[in-house]
Amino acid sequence: MPSHDVMPNMELYQPVQVEDALAIADRLAERGWLVGGGQDTYGWLKDRAKTADALIDLSAIESLRGIRETADGIEIGALTTLTEVATSDLIRGGYSLLADAASVVASPQIRNIGTLGGNVSQDVRCWYYRRGLSCYRAGGNLCYADTPQGMNREHALFDQSRCVAAGASDTAPALVALDASMVIQNLNGERVIDARDFFVGPANDIENTTVLRPGDILTSVRIPSTWANAEFYWEKVADRNVWDFSLVNVAAAFKTTGGQIEDSRIVVGAVQTTPRRLTDVENAIRGNSRNADTAEAVKELCTTGARTLAHNGFKVPLMQNLVKRAIVA
Amino acid sequence: MNSKLTRRRFIKGVIFSGAAATTGAGVYLANAQNGAGTAERLINLNINGRTRPVDVMPSETLAYTLRYKLDLTGTKIGCNRGECGACTVLIDGVANYACSVLTHNVKDKAVVSIEGIKSADGTLHAVQQAFIDENSPQCGFCTPGQVMSAVALLSSNPRPTREEVRTGLSGNLCRCGAYEHYINGVLRASGQIA
Repeated sequence: MPSHDVMPNMELYQPVQVEDALAIADRLAERGWLVGGGQDTYGWLKDRAKTADALIDLSAIESLRGIRETADGIEIGALTTLTEVATSDLIRGGYSLLADAASVVASPQIRNIGTLGGNVSQDVRCWYYRRGLSCYRAGGNLCYADTPQGMNREHALFDQSRCVAAGASDTAPALVALDASMVIQNLNGERVIDARDFFVGPANDIENTTVLRPGDILTSVRIPSTWANAEFYWEKVADRNVWDFSLVNVAAAFKTTGGQIEDSRIVVGAVQTTPRRLTDVENAIRGNSRNADTAEAVKELCTTGARTLAHNGFKVPLMQNLVKRAIVA
Repeated sequence: MNSKLTRRRFIKGVIFSGAAATTGAGVYLANAQNGAGTAERLINLNINGRTRPVDVMPSETLAYTLRYKLDLTGTKIGCNRGECGACTVLIDGVANYACSVLTHNVKDKAVVSIEGIKSADGTLHAVQQAFIDENSPQCGFCTPGQVMSAVALLSSNPRPTREEVRTGLSGNLCRCGAYEHYINGVLRASGQIA
């Protein structure tokens, strides 16, 4: 693959008001590429693996930044940086699960500019796809990762459907665990979608990872107070502690009364395209204590339905152990 | 030198017409735009305390502008993918990878590169001096980025613990593996070791 120092020349729009951004996004449709912090964008463009006629840089729209309290929880502007999410008193206070997840994304410099909206909207990690090969996800008719010679140790365990790429976001599982909802605007108005419905897998839409379509802009993320100050557990395992994407991560929230689990959310990331919520496990542990027996009892249930590829079998025990630790912690 | 003078003269020549073309574009409050509604190429950049007009391509990165248009080659381009940290600069005091920021994103901001942190009289920044005293660099390629990350860390956390230094510099690779020496340098610059 040729190496390029510069991105191809493109038009650049820098609206400062969301209304203008929506109008430009609508007018350009597929020709435009929305940019928040740009940390996923620029690699695609430098590699010529994807192109666009125009960049729509949202970073000057101040109304899309910041974290505020609402009547029922908090609302985080989509352009709020991951550093701001990780260090916000408001988020650290009641929703530290999200702050913990944001604090281990990539590296300090990337967290300083990378946004929450961009982190949840980033594309999947698959080196064949990102190299610009004409795979299923890129509109072709082959998966290069799920072949006898394919390198797929970082790929998906579940919900593979032609494409076996895994999602890369660390904040996405935390948002699903917190029952967050995503506010999406386009020229026709606003719609609010549950985080678990925001992400889409290849069986439903192989070329997109979210429900966002040309003309749509993710403007904010709302977190209800439902799980505020619950018992949280976050853990990310990657080959390298900085920069690297999760091999598996887990975001969990527990409400307990008298030592017994009343309700919980256990969501695992990087094992399929979308965050995987383990509803069966949540149901199985209800009424039990957060101890080793409870965790051991659901070990197999965690990974029921997993289909391992040639090189990612290690993700099964890794995922089981992370879920067990979440339950015991 | 000749080419630089030529470029400067060229920019001076077009700056007036560029400014005139943007007047009357009231819709996009803060950002200058040309007739097509896209970003105006000729922008003023505040680099190291000095404002300079520069003609910037729409998709140009800050690292490219610094090195190839402003001759500020202390900012290194290692990976050009936000994975090594050699291009780290401060944007409004915050450490960022110059290879992964559009120059058009910083037109209303103050950028400080490695050339801009010594005093006016030439005295090195405390971090630079401490890195020399600790023999922190080996080959030196990552050093400008390490310095900038250390400066950003110490401005928000003047007496970091060793662990906080590790985290603060974690976005900068050193393939010589001189990490411990850089960490010692930051602790020395913060006055915690002498």
